[in-house]
Amino acid sequence: MKATVHKEAVRVRSGTIALVGNPNSGKTTFFNALTGSNQHVGNWPGVTVEKKVGSFTYEGERYRVVDLPGTYSLGAFSEDEVVARQFVLTGDADVIIDVVDASNIERNLYLATQLLEMGKKVVIALNMVDEAARRKIKLDPEGLSKKLGVPVIPTVAARGRGIDDVIKAAIGLIKQDVVVENPVRYPKTVQHHIDEVATTLEGTDLPYPIRWAALKVVEGDEEIINMVGKYCAASGLQDFAQRYNGSHTGESFELDIIDARYNFAHRVTEGAVQRPKEEVVTFTDKVDKIVTHKYLGIPIFAAIMLVVFQLTFEVGEEILGEFAVDIVEWLGDMAATFLAYISAPGWFISFMTEGVFNGVGAVVEFVPLILVLYLLLGFLEDSGYMARAAYVWDDLMRRLGLQGKAFISLIIGFGCNVPGIMSARTLDNRKDRMITTLINPFMSCGAKIPIYSVFIAAFFPRHGGLLLFAIYALGIVIGLIMAKVFNKTLFKGESSHFIMELPPYRMPTVRNVFRNMWDNVYGFLQRAGTTIFMVITLLWVLAVLPVSAEPYSQASILGRIGAFIAPLFRPAGFGTWQESVALFAGIPAKEAVVGTLGMLYAGQYVEEGTLLVNALKLHFTPLTALAYMVMTLLYTPCIATLSTVAKETNSIKWPVFMALYTFAIGWGLAVVVFQVGSLLGFS
Amino acid sequence: MTHDLLTLNQGAVGKVCAIDAGRFATRRLYEMGFNIGAPVKVVKNDAGPVIVSLAGNKVALGRGLAGKIRLETGR
Repeated sequence: MKATVHKEAVRVRSGTIALVGNPNSGKTTFFNALTGSNQHVGNWPGVTVEKKVGSFTYEGERYRVVDLPGTYSLGAFSEDEVVARQFVLTGDADVIIDVVDASNIERNLYLATQLLEMGKKVVIALNMVDEAARRKIKLDPEGLSKKLGVPVIPTVAARGRGIDDVIKAAIGLIKQDVVVENPVRYPKTVQHHIDEVATTLEGTDLPYPIRWAALKVVEGDEEIINMVGKYCAASGLQDFAQRYNGSHTGESFELDIIDARYNFAHRVTEGAVQRPKEEVVTFTDKVDKIVTHKYLGIPIFAAIMLVVFQLTFEVGEEILGEFAVDIVEWLGDMAATFLAYISAPGWFISFMTEGVFNGVGAVVEFVPLILVLYLLLGFLEDSGYMARAAYVWDDLMRRLGLQGKAFISLIIGFGCNVPGIMSARTLDNRKDRMITTLINPFMSCGAKIPIYSVFIAAFFPRHGGLLLFAIYALGIVIGLIMAKVFNKTLFKGESSHFIMELPPYRMPTVRNVFRNMWDNVYGFLQRAGTTIFMVITLLWVLAVLPVSAEPYSQASILGRIGAFIAPLFRPAGFGTWQESVALFAGIPAKEAVVGTLGMLYAGQYVEEGTLLVNALKLHFTPLTALAYMVMTLLYTPCIATLSTVAKETNSIKWPVFMALYTFAIGWGLAVVVFQVGSLLGFS
Repeated sequence: MTHDLLTLNQGAVGKVCAIDAGRFATRRLYEMGFNIGAPVKVVKNDAGPVIVSLAGNKVALGRGLAGKIRLETGR
C-alpha cells in the first residue's frame, strides 16, 4: 500500500533545478550523485550541444535536474555559454546549483557572480573540499555564505558527501520568496552608463531583466546588443546599443566589468579562504613533471594508448569476446530449433538465421570489446590525463597548423566521430574547426573495431593489440598529414591561441566511468537494433531475390550490384562482389561491414561452423585482409558523421567533400598496401 | 620590473600587469583568471606551451599567448 502512495506522490514535479559550473569542477560527478540512474541525454533544440536531464525524489516530491554545459563564464563567446545562459535566463529553473571547485574558488566564483547579477536563486556546492584540505587550503563555508548572501555547502560529490544538504538548501530556496540583489560594485563611470541604458530600456518588452540587459549592453555583449537592437528598433536604440560594442568604437567597459566581478570574488574570499604560504607539492605536480616532459611526453602518450588497445584486445576479445560469441551462437541455434519446431516458413527461418544471427549477431559479439575500450578511455578522460595529451601534442599540432586542443577532438573521435566533430566547436577559429572536422574520420571509431578484430582473429591472432595500435596510429598519421595539406591549401592562416586548464589528477569514480561506458554501449546496441538491422534486412532481401536465382550468389540482385562495383577494388586485392557490397553497407553504419560479411560469407558455410572467421580465411589472404582493414579505416565515414558535418558547417558541400576525399584516400592507400605487398612477395 | 611571460624561467613569480592581446583572447584570459593583479607562478617553460600556476591551479598557455602577458616581478 505504502509503495503505491509513494508512486502517486512522485508523479507531480515540484520544481526544476539547473546545474552550472566550470569545466573540471566535478559537475558531472555531482549530477550523477544527485540523479543516480534517472537521467537521459539529448540535444538542446537547434544546436548539437548535449543536454542532460535527470530527476530525483526528495520527501516524496520529484524534482527535475538539468545539467548545463560546463563553462567559465556566461558570455556569448561559445555555443555552450549561450545555451547555459539562455536556460538560466529563460528556462524554468526554480533554483540553480553552482558546483564550485573548492581549490579554485576565486575563478569559480566569477561564474557564481554572473548568476547573482542575473538575480537568480543560487546554492553553491563547494565541491572537492577533501582535495582542498590535502592542499592545505582552509575554507570557511559559513563566512563565504555570509558575504555572498547564498547558501554555501561543502561537498565531496565523488563520495556522495554533502549532496543531501545541497538538496535541502536548494529546495528550501525554491519554496522561499527571495529577491536577489546584484552584489557587484562597478566603477562609477560604468555604473553611470548602466543606469543610462537601463532608463532607456525601461518600458520596452525585452524578455530579460532590464538592469541585467543594461549591464550586458555596456559590457559589449554582442548577442544582447543585437537583441536590444531588435526589440528597440522603433525607438532608435540601435545606434545607442552599438556604441558599447567595443570592436566597433573602442569604447569598451568589458574589462572593467570583469575586474569588478573579480574584485567582488576577492572580497568574498578574503578571510574565508586561506591558502598555504608555500604551495603543497602534490601528486599531480610529480606526475606532470614526467608526462609533460619535453621529450618523454609523446612516447608516454603512445605507450598509454598501446596499453589501452592491448588490454581492449586481451580482455575484450580473448576473454569476454569468446563468451559473447558462444551466447550469440547458442541463441541462433535455439531460435532455429524453435522456428523449425513451430514450422515457421522456410524463408523466415533463413532470414532469422542467415540475416539476423549471422549479420546482426556478428555485430553484437563485439559488445565486450567496446565495453572494455570505453571503460579505459573513460578512465583516462576522467583522470585528467587528456588535458596533458593535448598539452604534449600542442607543439607538433602547431607545426601542422593546428593547436593542442584539436587533438582532444581527435581522441574523442576514437570513440565516435560524431562527438569528436561536435567538440571541434570549442576551438576558437574557423580554420581550426574545419581542419579538425575534416580529419576526424581518420580517427578510427569504436564501430570499426569489429572489422579489425574479425580480420585480426582470422589472420593475425598473435599480434592483436599491436596491429590494432598500428591501425589507430596510421589513422592519426594520415589525419595529421591531411591537416598539413589543408593548412597549405584550403585553410591558410594562424591557428588560434591555446589556453587550457590542467586539472589535478583525480581517481575517476566507478559510477562516472561505468555511466559513460554504458551510454556508449547502449548507443552501439541501439544502432545494432535499428540502422544495422535495417541495412542487413535490406541486403538480405536483395541477396535472396530474384527467387529464380540461387540465394547469396552472384545471380542475386545484390550479387549483380556488387559485381558491377567490384572491379573498382580489384587493384586493392579485394575485388569480390561480397566484399564490395560490405564496404557500401558500412556507409549507413560501420558495424554493418562485419554484419554483411557475416551474412554473405558465413551464411554459406554453416556446416563448417558459423564463425565468420573461418569463412574469411577462405576468401582473404593476410595481405588482402590488411588492405581491407586500411580501406575501412580511412574510407567514407558513416551517415551520422556526415550529417553532423552538414549541421556543424551548415552546408552540404563539406560533407560531400568529406565523403569523396576520404574514399579516395582509403582506396589509394589500400591499393598501395596490396601492390607494394605483392611486389615484396607477401600474399 | 615587468617581463613578458615567455622570458621568465621555471619558478618565477609575478603579478599580471598588462595583457597585450586582441579582444577575444584578452577576455578569455581574464575569465580564466589572468586578470590584472592576479599572482602567477611559472611552472614550466621549455618547449611547447608554458604552464603557469594561478593560486595552485595549473593552466597551459600557448607560446604566442604567453608572450602577450606581462608580469610585474618585483625585482
